[in-house]
Amino acid sequence: MGERIVLGPFNRVEGDLEVHLEVAAGRVAAAYVNAPLFRGFEHILRGKDPRDALVLVPRLCGICSVSQSAAAAAALREAIGLAVPANGELAANLVLAAENLADHFTHFYLFFMPDFARDAYAERPWFAAAQARFKAVRGTAAAEAVPARAAFLELTGLLAGKWPHTLSLQPGGSARAVSAAEKVRLYALLREFRRWLERHTFGDTLEAIGALDSIDALASWAAARAPASSDLRLFLEIADDLGLARIGRATDRFLSYGAYTLAGRPLFARGLWQPEEATVTAFDPDDIREDLSHAWMRGQTRHPWRGVTEPDPDKDGAYSWCKAPRLAGQVVECGALARQMVDGHPLARDLVAREGGSVRARVLCRLLELALVLPAMESWVHALRPGEPFCAHGPLPDEATGCGLVEAARGALGHWLAIRHGRIASYQIVAPTTWNFSPRDAAGTPGALEQALVGLPVDDARVPLAVQHVVRSFDPCMVCTVH
Amino acid sequence: MNLLWLQSGGCGGCTMSLLCADSSDLLGSLADAGIRILWHPSLSEESGAEALELLAACAAGEHPVDLLCVEGALLRGPDGSGRFHMLGGSGRPMIAWVRELAARARYTLAIGSCAAWGGVTAAGPNPAGACGLQYEGDTPGGLLGSDYRSAAGLPVINVAGCPTHPGWVVETLMALSLGQFGSDALDALARPRFYADQLVHHGCSRNEYYEFKASAEKPSDQGCLMENMGCKGTQAHADCNLRPWNGSGSCTRGGYACISCTEPGFEEPGHPFVQTPKVAGIPIGLPSDMPKAWFVALAALSKSATPRRVRDNAVADHLAVAPAIRRTGLK
Ligand code: SF4
Ligand code: SF4
Repeated sequence: MGERIVLGPFNRVEGDLEVHLEVAAGRVAAAYVNAPLFRGFEHILRGKDPRDALVLVPRLCGICSVSQSAAAAAALREAIGLAVPANGELAANLVLAAENLADHFTHFYLFFMPDFARDAYAERPWFAAAQARFKAVRGTAAAEAVPARAAFLELTGLLAGKWPHTLSLQPGGSARAVSAAEKVRLYALLREFRRWLERHTFGDTLEAIGALDSIDALASWAAARAPASSDLRLFLEIADDLGLARIGRATDRFLSYGAYTLAGRPLFARGLWQPEEATVTAFDPDDIREDLSHAWMRGQTRHPWRGVTEPDPDKDGAYSWCKAPRLAGQVVECGALARQMVDGHPLARDLVAREGGSVRARVLCRLLELALVLPAMESWVHALRPGEPFCAHGPLPDEATGCGLVEAARGALGHWLAIRHGRIASYQIVAPTTWNFSPRDAAGTPGALEQALVGLPVDDARVPLAVQHVVRSFDPCMVCTVH
Repeated sequence: MNLLWLQSGGCGGCTMSLLCADSSDLLGSLADAGIRILWHPSLSEESGAEALELLAACAAGEHPVDLLCVEGALLRGPDGSGRFHMLGGSGRPMIAWVRELAARARYTLAIGSCAAWGGVTAAGPNPAGACGLQYEGDTPGGLLGSDYRSAAGLPVINVAGCPTHPGWVVETLMALSLGQFGSDALDALARPRFYADQLVHHGCSRNEYYEFKASAEKPSDQGCLMENMGCKGTQAHADCNLRPWNGSGSCTRGGYACISCTEPGFEEPGHPFVQTPKVAGIPIGLPSDMPKAWFVALAALSKSATPRRVRDNAVADHLAVAPAIRRTGLK
């Protein structure tokens, strides 16, 4: 039997994470992922006025608080039976997109790239550039990206009052109407962020990045530029040298709930990509089950409509507060790579076809979304019509159910709400990182990250960098996971 | 000054909010004020064993901890064991780490309402046994006990808010680092007075509607949010409408009520957050420094004098009636 390693605290992820590795012959033989924090939001919500969900659920998570609001608003919308006016959809999409893009951006600059500036890489040819740019706290990227992010999030000040934790996203749309003058300011803020991205992140136009349609196109794009000419270019250099396309593969089964819907049409499609069929199919949210066999939770495997959250800290065989969601019994991965696979972006499809869902593919798809969504946001601002309604209204029923499925930056987020006697009778949440970082299920099948870690080299038991890259490639958010 | 930042049972939102500080270079300004980030979970390089060694060295007094910032509620459950939040990799509850480090810290700061009072994590049946560092709701005590004083002789500084405003955090840290923050800078709930001596109502863009009791009736209306929509701006201590959020925002500017997130116990208002509880048609949460009879008399008077512009705009989501252009002779 090999050695056992416990890794933690895993910082630069949102919240707490601990990873247990069984190592044999210098490689990971098995991984066990533990979310060591439990707050119990599903209990807190029970018995409350249904509208209170809009106050409480954003506080599940400070990094995707708007996604939580959007899911709660969607669940309430279904329960009330409201149709959102066009302005309301546009404004809510803008707020959600601002958060999702800020997340991708924060992940790249503050959470993921600093690991390449560690002294362990001092011998690599790209090290000097990586260190100058990405060194934690001291690199130029931290100094420049933090203010650029803050400036971009001024969009949320205008459209949502504040970020995180807004109450502007309502079941019927947005409580914050936009005036004609504010439209112009919103547009200016988007253009400012576009300039930053084009100058520093990409060294090219967003449109040119969004149009990269294959690994070969990406390679020739890189070949035409010096390694330190942009942050994307530097990442590609590092990824090539360290083989980041060869590590971190999970099931290659990808789920997306579909993102940024306007008048019934999502910008990014909803669906399930299955490797056996190499195609996208529809999926039924009724096929979701949360398995509790290895979670410190009492109860049976159930659909979230009938799910319970009863902590049992002494349960035998359990090792995480995270439940194990499965779709028709299968482990699925969600996130930007999954969204782009399901939507059919040619670069994402080529990456997975030739290399599988790797560390490189996940990071590239996040950057790709920065390039794809910002132009969409510009068009949404153009489409706003000041003076026309932003919010529909309707009375809350005493008995109803509603389900809200949205895409957070990290992927598929679902809220399932049941109202009885005018109060919340049940509220169940399945967050993106719950999918990606789930523990084993009753059949013993490991979750997506647990699979993605197997086989990695562990050269330094204190800080196994390959393990860190794989974990962070999922951009985990543990506070969401266990809520 | 060395800054050590820990995330306990919260949502991480206060850190995310901090990164929205509107300074041109947040990390540079902190460094410039003489603040050195010893470790921060979102920002620091050190992970795993390296991070644990660093924390252990702080706990042992090998690194001075001048500014201990704790974000998130302290989780005492289940049954006082603290196992609902173990610090990853350490096999020890976070509350044990916090007790140990707070005993060393020159200043201890609760970042956000979770760390200050328990916050939303303590709502409902408080399943995780959440409390604040030195308060449990509005009751002194909390994890460290009401007698706790940091090495500099101050109680826990409650930089409360949900999330807390980046300006409140940055200015508190800088004032401490520059030696310009003493016990007289704290209000009765140990919040920095520079923001807690204001009310959210001050500077609210809806004040004209408030004067005339021209009230919003539904989300997205422009009127005052106090009468129907649950706004506690006249009682909540914070300068949210004087110091914008994310450039130009605030809750009331965003179209929704102030839920008094800087106050202990805000998570359990005893009524739906976005609905004003009333007795005989009169809101029960009236401005704290005004006799009720006056308020009722003034409201009746001002309602009868409301200009049409204010009355109509209050229940629209855009400017329905613009101010008239008149020759005033004042030019
Ligand atoms: S909305 Fe709230 S803060 Fe603004 S004027 Fe009305 S009571 Fe005051
Ligand atoms: S306006 Fe009220 S609820 Fe909003 S941040 Fe300020 S104190 Fe908190």
